[in-house]
Amino acid sequence: MATEILMPALSPTMEEGTLSKWLVKEGDTVSAGDILAEIETDKATMEFEAVDEGILGKILIDEGSEGIKVNTPIAVMVEDGESVEDAAAEAKAPTTQPAAEKPAPQAKAADSAPPAPESDTSPDWPEGTTLKQQTVREALRDAMAEEMRRDEDVFLMGEEVAEYQGAYKISQGLLDEFGARRVVDTPITEHGFTGLAVGAAFGGLRPIVEFMTFNFAMQAMDQIVNSAAKTLYMSGGQMGAPIVFRGPNGAAARVAAQHSQDFAAWYMQIPGLKVAMPYSASDAKGLLKTAIRDPNPVIFLENEILYGRSFDVPDIEDYTVPFGKARIWREGDDVTIVSFGMGMSYALEAAEKLAKDGIEAEVIDLRTLRPMDTAAIIRSVQKTNRCVTVEEGWPQGSVGSYISSVLMQEAFDWLDAPVINCTGKDVPLPYAANLEKFALTSTDEVIEAVRKVTYK
Amino acid sequence: MAARKTTKQPNVAAEDLKRYYREMLLIRRFEEKAGQLYGMGLIGGFCHLYIGQEAVVVGLEAAAEEGDKRITSYRDHGHMLASGMDPDGVMAELTGREGGYSKGKGGSMHMFSREKHFYGGHGIVGAQVPIGAGLAFADRYKENGRVTFTYFGDGASNQGQVYETFNMAALWKLPVVFVIENNQYAMGTAQKRSTSTPELYTRGEAFGIPGEQVDGMDVLAVKEAGEKAVAHCRSGKGPYILEIKTYRYRGHSMSDPAKYRTREEVQKVREERDCIEHVRTLLLDGKHASEEDLKAIDKEIKQVVNDAAEFAKNSPEPALDELWTDIYAEAAPQNA
Repeated sequence: MATEILMPALSPTMEEGTLSKWLVKEGDTVSAGDILAEIETDKATMEFEAVDEGILGKILIDEGSEGIKVNTPIAVMVEDGESVEDAAAEAKAPTTQPAAEKPAPQAKAADSAPPAPESDTSPDWPEGTTLKQQTVREALRDAMAEEMRRDEDVFLMGEEVAEYQGAYKISQGLLDEFGARRVVDTPITEHGFTGLAVGAAFGGLRPIVEFMTFNFAMQAMDQIVNSAAKTLYMSGGQMGAPIVFRGPNGAAARVAAQHSQDFAAWYMQIPGLKVAMPYSASDAKGLLKTAIRDPNPVIFLENEILYGRSFDVPDIEDYTVPFGKARIWREGDDVTIVSFGMGMSYALEAAEKLAKDGIEAEVIDLRTLRPMDTAAIIRSVQKTNRCVTVEEGWPQGSVGSYISSVLMQEAFDWLDAPVINCTGKDVPLPYAANLEKFALTSTDEVIEAVRKVTYK
Repeated sequence: MAARKTTKQPNVAAEDLKRYYREMLLIRRFEEKAGQLYGMGLIGGFCHLYIGQEAVVVGLEAAAEEGDKRITSYRDHGHMLASGMDPDGVMAELTGREGGYSKGKGGSMHMFSREKHFYGGHGIVGAQVPIGAGLAFADRYKENGRVTFTYFGDGASNQGQVYETFNMAALWKLPVVFVIENNQYAMGTAQKRSTSTPELYTRGEAFGIPGEQVDGMDVLAVKEAGEKAVAHCRSGKGPYILEIKTYRYRGHSMSDPAKYRTREEVQKVREERDCIEHVRTLLLDGKHASEEDLKAIDKEIKQVVNDAAEFAKNSPEPALDELWTDIYAEAAPQNA
């Protein structure tokens, strides 16, 4: 049976090309792999190989021809015993070779995006629950210990997590309880141990990876984004990475630019990741337990300054906090202040000071940035008509700018003033004490922003 | 044909030899078909063919046991076929169709099969190396006796994360065979232009990882080396490095004109060292198979590949709502 040889697409972008030169002539016997012709693509001159053996029956496109569209028949191959004339006759017959399918027109895919979920406003714990004071540090340790007791596949790895008891003492006591098999000191090798942990997650374990700080996770960014976040999608749902990456994030105190950066907005952008950033000890505990149980990669952003602060933690066995549910710390009618992580301490302090002047702020702690409870923000803004966001990260492409965009699109008619984003200044964090203080956002800046949007 | 390594008549069962022949031929014919479909515009993007390197995966799969894992780079079609994945599903992924292993969402470089313990298919050069060690970490954690084959190329062997991984794998005695498929070109860069020490099997010496160099055009030599490496790993002695010298006949990807080497160089390997011809000669010289037997295998393979191509052409494109699936796994049920 005669088969047509079609003008090949020899690069991802090639639509047509020049048939520069035939290296075989009619009547030649060719085997698979023989070079048939040289074809000039949009990038280079390529050799075009035979896929099957046979005899070149007829050349349909002469060498030197330009602008030959991909999939145009350029020659006819015949089998042994078949005449070239038969082939030529057949070649004149209308081609039955279907052209490559064109991709479907652009999907109206956005239409089928899931709608924003209703906001869950139930309290985190029932009224009358006994509360105990605990630091964020203790809460994080308890969360890990409880989950390690619950699931044998959960293990902790990172620099200094075992024998040193944690660079910031978060893993204190875990080596004693769980042993070196499950509390693993790594070499200083972020890129490597992050990839290794992702592999362990593919292999059925549930790793908790502690970065001594998230600044060092930049060395591992490829494994976090390309391997952990995308594999479930790229595998059509076959293989995901249940893994928690946790550690301190943002500015600590006087450690300068390379050790002081808030990565919230970076990670929040990545589909496939979940991002939690707790402020209080109860949220640190409840969110970390949820993160460890989640079958997806979770970025868990802590804060060194908050580690030592004490908060009420409910004395409940197996206390968890769901992702995507904001916490309203303070109700008010005059302005909505939205924050998360360390920013919450400025937001709450500002709200208290403003209350003395008769301005009642509603303070929302997002707790998780992906998923983000935008419904809670919108509902609050529908009441207050004003919004200020607070974060330590840089202004361009910030969490606040995303929230502003959501409010523009979904609550435009409710806004009585532009949304103001309180952020870190657009500079690397300096070392000098006065400059460092000036570079970070502050309670005073939040107060000033609230006065601006309330015109008071 | 001149005797190569065939002077020592291998101690291998005729059936095994025929199996290797069939498996290598399947990869070659599959890849040729993929190249053809690419030329027709049915496969898009990057497509890296494995033609020439078939003996590497077939030899190592012959050394693997059920439950052992494998992971590789973007030149992955051969590994998938050798691990027993369905040619229809692989080809349909290449054409970006619903019937593909990743429902058309991964493409040539990103395919996986839990059932066959194939962990991808990774598009970032070298990224699969720590992940492979992590699979071995999980096996050691579970004490299940499994071994992971972690494949990477001579190009990837200059990535920093490879050495970070060597250190941890040796430190924790992880059961992982690092397979360096040295096809001598990192895209268009010959090894001698990119690599200070050409003996890649020695790259583990600083970490105390034993290594050896293997003729990757000889499937039996690869199998023998693989068995040794696997035994080392399974006995708890930690990782092992195999540098397998091989050769890719085609360009780095479909759009590579391969001007960095001569046509004669490629032709010489094809004529003198081809891995499939080698086994063919062993089968015929050893009277394990007749020309007719081999023709029958050729015909059978051609049918499998044509069927895969037909399946891949006819499988529908993924439904548009697939855009929104598989981004997050469902949360595991929480304790009340």
